[in-house]
Amino acid sequence: MERVKFQIDNKDCEALYGQMLVDAARDNGVYIPTLCNMQDVKPCGSCRVCTVKVNGRYATACTTPVACGMEIESDTEEIHEIRKALIELIFAEGNHYCPTCEMSGNCELQALGYRFGMMVSRFPYQFPQREINTDCQHLIIDYNRCIRCKRCIRTIKDKKGKSYFAFINRGDKLEVTMDKEMAKTMPLKVAELAMENCPVGAILLKETAYRVPIGERRFDKKCIGSEIEETDVKVFMGELNNE
Amino acid sequence: MSKPLVATASLAGCFGCHMSLLDIDERILKLVELVDIGKSPVTDIKTFTQQYAVGIIEGGCCNSENVHNLQEFRKNCDILISLGECAIMGGLPAMRNGIPIEECLNEAYLEGPTVHLNTEKIFPNDDELPMLLDRVYPAHEIVKIDYFLPGCPPRADLIWDALVALLTGKELELPYEVVKYD
Repeated sequence: MERVKFQIDNKDCEALYGQMLVDAARDNGVYIPTLCNMQDVKPCGSCRVCTVKVNGRYATACTTPVACGMEIESDTEEIHEIRKALIELIFAEGNHYCPTCEMSGNCELQALGYRFGMMVSRFPYQFPQREINTDCQHLIIDYNRCIRCKRCIRTIKDKKGKSYFAFINRGDKLEVTMDKEMAKTMPLKVAELAMENCPVGAILLKETAYRVPIGERRFDKKCIGSEIEETDVKVFMGELNNE
Repeated sequence: MSKPLVATASLAGCFGCHMSLLDIDERILKLVELVDIGKSPVTDIKTFTQQYAVGIIEGGCCNSENVHNLQEFRKNCDILISLGECAIMGGLPAMRNGIPIEECLNEAYLEGPTVHLNTEKIFPNDDELPMLLDRVYPAHEIVKIDYFLPGCPPRADLIWDALVALLTGKELELPYEVVKYD
């Protein structure tokens, strides 16, 4: 495959032609924050957190293939502000009560909040009234926390390739639903994977909560993205408030 | 020079944030050198008699008394800080948001599994009791808040570092482990 040269924040990088920007950046030791995206899974660009500027225009790094000579801005104050605002929007849109959430400490949304130094959402909290579904013998689906990243729909399938999950409705009524018949027979291993792939605490395995003590959870001590970055993670903690 | 005056309040909170303030351990001796603590549940001083430098708010607003208290703090404090998840986004009390008040009251006073003695089926309605609000409001939806310190409770180091930075005018550098939402 042809290799192409491009730049991220003036750093010379090289990647396979057609590789998505997040993957190309990762291979070059540059972390572009993502939320809905998963490595080796077809991207859908729903959360926009990986927004970068490609040759001066905004694009989502998970759905933009790299091309020769691209100049990408990622670690700039402008892009940082956009990403932080997107995270704050997600926090305000659903019911993200971190203190009561089983996923707290392992949650990618929360970890991004930490990374971007979010102290409060600048948007009004919506407090929507949402259901909790326990139809599946292994899973609890808490729609209060669902961010519609489509990860479960894209990755949790049976042997024939049929998805256990699907979207219903449109616009602000869009939600994930689980096939009732398939839910009854979902194997434990598939359920475990569903919980693992959910970036927030929307898909939870029953009777497994709070197994890992505070201090040893995924993002207690390590900032999200620190595994990719070569240098020490720079956490933006400049200001306490959001104004 | 007199020390800056600090006031604290617990609105719709559990006093956990105040407990976390005590987790600064021996630094509490330095705190006393740095500030005077005035109106606060810690001192049991109940009224503002002069202008304060800093007000620390724990908890959001779930009733009319919380709103009144918070507005008093805004009037009498130069800087107001939201301390903890409840003040910042309503926290656990806000889990009732979206559920009609009547349903909440029914569950608490009539139909709840631990309700045995309310044979006359009344809701507490004494004039002395503050009115419940339609939902729980984050503090910054009621008055202007200057700074936000998240956590449930906020880590003692976060409270300490932020207070010292604020009072000494030094820049605030927070380690990653210190800012958490749980």
